[in-house]
Amino acid sequence: MSREYEAVIGLEVHAELKTNSKIFCSCTTEFGGEPNTHVCPVCLGLPGVLPVLNKKVVEYAMKAGLALNCKIASFSKFDRKNYYYPDLPKNFQTSQYDLPIAQNGYLDIEVDGQVKRIGITRVHMEEDAGKLVHSGETITTSSGSLVDYNRAGVPLIEIVSEPDLRSPQEARAYMELLKSILEYTEVSDCKMEEGSLRCDANVSVRPKGTSEFGTKTEIKNMNSFKALQRALEYEIERQIQVLEEGGKVIQETRSWDEAKGVTVSMRSKEEAHDYRYFPEPDLVPIVIDEEWVESIRKSLPELPQARKKRLMEDFGLPAYDAEVLTGSKALAEFFDAVMQHYKDPKVVSNWLMGELLRLLNASNKSIAESPIKPQGLAELLNLLDKGTISGKIAKQVFEEMFNSGESAEAIVKAKGLVQISDEGAIAAVVEQVIANNPKSVEDFKNGKEQAIGYLVGQVMKETKGKANPALVNKLLREQLSK
Amino acid sequence: MELYELTAHELREKLIKKEISSVELTNVFYSRIEAVENHIKSYVTFTKERALKKARQIDAMLARGEQTHPLAGIPMALKDNLCTQGVRTTCSSKMLENYIPPYDATVVERLDAAGAVTLGKLNMDEFAMGSSTENSRFFPTCNPWDLERVPGGSSGGPSAAVAAGEAVYSLGSDTGGSIRQPASLCGVVGLKPTYGLVSRYGLVAFASSLDQIGPFTRDVTDCALVLQAIAGHDPMDSTSADLPVPNYQEALIPDVKGLKIGVPKEYFAAGLDPEVEQLVKQAIKKYEELGAIIEETSMPHTEYALPAYYVIAPAECSSNLARYDGVRYGYRDKDAEDIVSMFMKTRDEGFGPEVKRRIMLGTYALSSGYYDAYYLKALKVRTLIKQDFDRAFTKYDVLLTPTTTSVAFKFGEKTDDPLAMYQNDICTVTINLAGVPAISIPCGFSRGLPVGLQLIAKPFGETTLFRAAYAFESVTDYHRQRPQVGVK
Repeated sequence: MSREYEAVIGLEVHAELKTNSKIFCSCTTEFGGEPNTHVCPVCLGLPGVLPVLNKKVVEYAMKAGLALNCKIASFSKFDRKNYYYPDLPKNFQTSQYDLPIAQNGYLDIEVDGQVKRIGITRVHMEEDAGKLVHSGETITTSSGSLVDYNRAGVPLIEIVSEPDLRSPQEARAYMELLKSILEYTEVSDCKMEEGSLRCDANVSVRPKGTSEFGTKTEIKNMNSFKALQRALEYEIERQIQVLEEGGKVIQETRSWDEAKGVTVSMRSKEEAHDYRYFPEPDLVPIVIDEEWVESIRKSLPELPQARKKRLMEDFGLPAYDAEVLTGSKALAEFFDAVMQHYKDPKVVSNWLMGELLRLLNASNKSIAESPIKPQGLAELLNLLDKGTISGKIAKQVFEEMFNSGESAEAIVKAKGLVQISDEGAIAAVVEQVIANNPKSVEDFKNGKEQAIGYLVGQVMKETKGKANPALVNKLLREQLSK
Repeated sequence: MELYELTAHELREKLIKKEISSVELTNVFYSRIEAVENHIKSYVTFTKERALKKARQIDAMLARGEQTHPLAGIPMALKDNLCTQGVRTTCSSKMLENYIPPYDATVVERLDAAGAVTLGKLNMDEFAMGSSTENSRFFPTCNPWDLERVPGGSSGGPSAAVAAGEAVYSLGSDTGGSIRQPASLCGVVGLKPTYGLVSRYGLVAFASSLDQIGPFTRDVTDCALVLQAIAGHDPMDSTSADLPVPNYQEALIPDVKGLKIGVPKEYFAAGLDPEVEQLVKQAIKKYEELGAIIEETSMPHTEYALPAYYVIAPAECSSNLARYDGVRYGYRDKDAEDIVSMFMKTRDEGFGPEVKRRIMLGTYALSSGYYDAYYLKALKVRTLIKQDFDRAFTKYDVLLTPTTTSVAFKFGEKTDDPLAMYQNDICTVTINLAGVPAISIPCGFSRGLPVGLQLIAKPFGETTLFRAAYAFESVTDYHRQRPQVGVK
């Protein structure tokens, strides 16, 4: 970004709530059913139907609101947001307008070691719409479009931030923290790829040092953290360029084109809707007493920031490790579970951040789906500590465990991977290697310290990695110094 | 009296005594329909096969000596905005001409469980908007007392069918007077229950905060019977009250001694037909004779009710009717080139002029820049009107007013002047705005046409209404008069 400009960013995040049934009827919220099988007269908005609010939705929204440091409204209500679109069964969305369930919260994000407080304007509840499948590129250029209403009526919360974010990095950090909080509280499964967590950004730029907001654009269709960051970077640069060239930024909605890496105009403000909000007459207001709020507050789990602090203080982990481990609740829990059976936190952290995440990513599995369970990893690490296997073998065993689901001991036994700590056996190999590699021996004797590394490698190769590396080193040096 | 002229409780006696079977009774009604329907035109759809099947079931139960509901085996009919599974529900609109709901309205379910025999679905003003049934997209319904006159609206079909002996009772819906006004014009009993007493689930919405389902019957006893069958909490309707339903039959005592009746002077203002006024005043005298305490009172915000109503009802209707866009069901324009013109053409062709007028009024009233001036203001007026009623009910058990300002008018008389048509609701809309219950009962005839009397009670005060109405009925015989259909 140009030196003279600063960006002003606010995010609107939609999260699908993890309830079993929809917001106003008892249909399942399960993802991926045959089109239009998870529907009933109510979520299809058939003539004569009425909504009945799912109490769980209110609890989940309260939980999210409390986790985001919001005040929970003792009185809130639903409103109708009227607009026409074929994926919207009633042509209005039941949402909350002037009296949302939660308001005035904040999140403390950390970017480059700096902590910054981002205001949360509001959290409100609403229903999701259905999904359109076009025969062509867009609804207007298609010869036909199909609608799947399975998603219609799935409960959402919308979390609106204050325009406190100043860079794409901050926006990303905010979004990542928000996601992990929603995961921790278990109100949403936050699967961005399934659309259960979606984000729109309002962005404008202004000369640095000024306090007035520039004209903003709204960016939609960013379905990953990377996309969010790239889209904002592009859009900020685009707006600066417009201003630099003496132009004016137009208030409009833009779409992020992931493939081309650009934002494109969707519709301008002139076509913008007058939603004609008014109180939903088919639902009674939501009255929440202090007791209910407190019971929800008590049910809140340890949140990522508190957990990160605990990992650093109780286990002495570096900030980076604690951040990575607590970025996902499942990973943090995995860590805690391994620590029940093992003593060295840093070793565990290394294995989780390194081997485990690598294999999970490569096989597209979530932590919950990991074939290696915490206790299994602890067993492996204990074998390593006892010297039964070498570090190198341990990685091999780990991969084997991941692929087969077998225990470390079983694999070590079956494959004969037990470390050779018999001095006599190793000494024989060492002698052989020295005899076969006169050049390296020569180099070492001439003071080339690294030559010993090669010789160690040769011994390991001969023993198929099973030789105890410390012993190999010791014996090699003894032999060479003769 | 002919069988088709009797009340449900009278016919119940005959069924129990096996003087007649439900199948025979059902056939009596279809014969009567055959005889007069071409004059009245109150039905949109007949469900004869189902009706006879149900009648046979009830007959079998009666033959086995099983306990049956007081309404079991009695032929009735439903306004065509009540959803019936497998039977088209049109709202008398081209938009839903061939729409078949996959579910039953809660009231339909309840009546079905009670053993009601449904003869068919009844004509109405399109989507319940109107006061004459001239807005039906199919055909107008005639007043059985004078075929050149309207039966009232929007439940013209339900009121005319009961008055003409084409059904023993019927269900209608009342958003601003749509049960009471046609009941008054057709000389039958019509009740708009307290908002929240009867589930609205399955009633095709016009204005959600005002709509309420209620019965048309030939006398107050039947009215209490039908209400008993349909009232009570429904988990499918969050606005339905979770309160015990009283035994309405116990309220049917011909005694109003000491009952305090308030007569709000604003309902007797200019525009009230002198003969109607006279008949209502006679009724007041009757109550005095029966020992009720009558007092004139004032409801100062009455004059603002009509404008407030004609902002709130259209506002809600503009949103409720948005779903009729041709995408999922109902009428669709087939020639449109793209989605937006499909929406527009579908709605242009699918809705009649009155529906469009109200959608536009409501859209305007809710649009940004006008919301505060119209919608919000109307809500404030609504609160003031409610307060008028709250105050009145600290002093009175019942309020008494005319139901309509005049007897049934002629076809076409008011169709060119929407505002004149809206004036027709002047005595009834306040009740919907306040959410209180009100009943219209026959109180005399003016030039051979029925005149109705409106009794109003506090929320969930239906028992008081029944008591007051029943006492009047016990000493009069207006409710026993039957029109000579086809004979002028």
